[in-house]
Amino acid sequence: MTETLDLDQNSIVAKLRAWDPQAVAEAHSFRGELTIVVPAGHLRRAADFLRTEPGLEFSLLSDITGVDRFPAEPRFELNYHLLSISQRARLRLRVRLPGQNPTAETVTSVWPTADWHEREVFDLFGVRFAGHPDLRRILLPEDWEGYPLRKDFPVEGSR
Amino acid sequence: MGTTVHTVTGAGRTMVLSMGPQHPSTHGVLRIVLELDGETVVKARPDVGYLHTGIEKSCEAKTYSQAITLTDRIDYLAPLSNNLCYCLAVEKLLGLEVPKRAQYIRVLLTELTRIASHLVWLGTHAMDLGALSMFLYTFREREDILKVFELVSGQRMMTSYFRIGGLALEPPAGWLDPVDRFVKIFPSRAQEYEDLLTQNRIWHARTKGVGYLSAEDAIAMGVTGPMLRAAGVAYDVRKAFPYSSYDEFDFDIPTRTESDCYARYLVRVAEMRESLRIVRQAMQKIPAEGPIQTEAPGIVPPQREKMKTEMEALIYHFKIFTEGFAPPPGEVYQTIESPRGELGFYVASDGSPKPWRVKVRAPSFVNLQALNKLVEGRLLADVVACIGTTDIVLGEVDR
Repeated sequence: MTETLDLDQNSIVAKLRAWDPQAVAEAHSFRGELTIVVPAGHLRRAADFLRTEPGLEFSLLSDITGVDRFPAEPRFELNYHLLSISQRARLRLRVRLPGQNPTAETVTSVWPTADWHEREVFDLFGVRFAGHPDLRRILLPEDWEGYPLRKDFPVEGSR
Repeated sequence: MGTTVHTVTGAGRTMVLSMGPQHPSTHGVLRIVLELDGETVVKARPDVGYLHTGIEKSCEAKTYSQAITLTDRIDYLAPLSNNLCYCLAVEKLLGLEVPKRAQYIRVLLTELTRIASHLVWLGTHAMDLGALSMFLYTFREREDILKVFELVSGQRMMTSYFRIGGLALEPPAGWLDPVDRFVKIFPSRAQEYEDLLTQNRIWHARTKGVGYLSAEDAIAMGVTGPMLRAAGVAYDVRKAFPYSSYDEFDFDIPTRTESDCYARYLVRVAEMRESLRIVRQAMQKIPAEGPIQTEAPGIVPPQREKMKTEMEALIYHFKIFTEGFAPPPGEVYQTIESPRGELGFYVASDGSPKPWRVKVRAPSFVNLQALNKLVEGRLLADVVACIGTTDIVLGEVDR
């Protein structure tokens, strides 16, 4: 099961907290993987800090994964899988979003690669990204109805 | 996937050309909306999704073991890499350790996969650029590798040979003989390819200086694999985050700094030779006997023989194939170095026998996003070279 970390023991968590005490809502580790939950309002600033801070340098955004925790609330999770090539470190940055009108800040200005990842999350989960330059469906046809990776979307399709 | 042609940036003198989705050099069903000024590319917008099959959604409706067959179909040129990454993810979730013999066999087969995948890339890329005969040579060697896959798994492509906790079945006696023959013949064959292309003036004209991508841009765009290494960044998951005992193998990471189509060609050819080095070492390391599956009752299916004599084995067999097994609640993100770059599987469990969420971090999907950077300001003919050098597999892009 998830073990709660001694937050000050971990240097990444410590650096984030030293930078902004509000930035870390939770931190936990499972199978050696560190997850830091940030409040949705802090996402873009925290992302920028993690990318540029010497000693962290999470310069590569590997992936953005949406997760639907239906029927729990907050319903949606966005997991940003970060990679620091120079530090050989990985980090999962997470924000939680409500089921009603889920919207997150875009991180395309921090990592340009987020463009397509955010479009994919929008396409399959219906999560919106404020400030995204071109938020359109990417995998599904433009006239598709619904968001297939939501848990209330049937596996066999809607029609 | 879009049905309309989207806005263009030009000032009245540009035209919009839809390349694909039925175009031979798009390697599948990729559509690129090209904005052209004469023959010069102003902007290229890849339009993907024509091959979207909802694999991630399907995984949520299957047990952990059943989902393996879907992973073959994501990157169909490197099915064993997908099998490996998914199995490693679930094994991490379960906290399982796989026996060394199985780990080495996995390494050997995934490195053969890398060679096979690069061979398809080399053959088709060269064919796109007019060197038609390359295709015949590279597919000859690829066939030798597919025969090895068929020998061990019964399948040439959709192998599903790696299973959670080890391998599907014991490889047949003498299975290393064709591998040995391949290892002996391949260096001369790789030399043949190089003889045809490396000093070829037409090849130089079509690839040198074409499709430049700076290291900063590559990292910003999330580009990994041979494309990143051709830009001078020596990042390889096998070295940075070793898995499946890769830390016990001796191999180099080929890099270049020119970051053009030619550099990517050189990197991939050098990678095939490095993979061959790993295959040779794996052949030495694989013990002749030993378990190929870990001891994990309730997760790894019992041996057929045991089921005939032991009641528990029969019960486990029944339970695994009717309801599956339930990993503890949690989530993992496992990455491997696939032939195309960093392949990642995010698997989340809610404690039930079916995954709550499976997400594939597909290297082709991410690398393709950088296409506009490669072709901007170049000639239309270079677009074909740039698509080829990105080495996309549309099954993986669209999933």
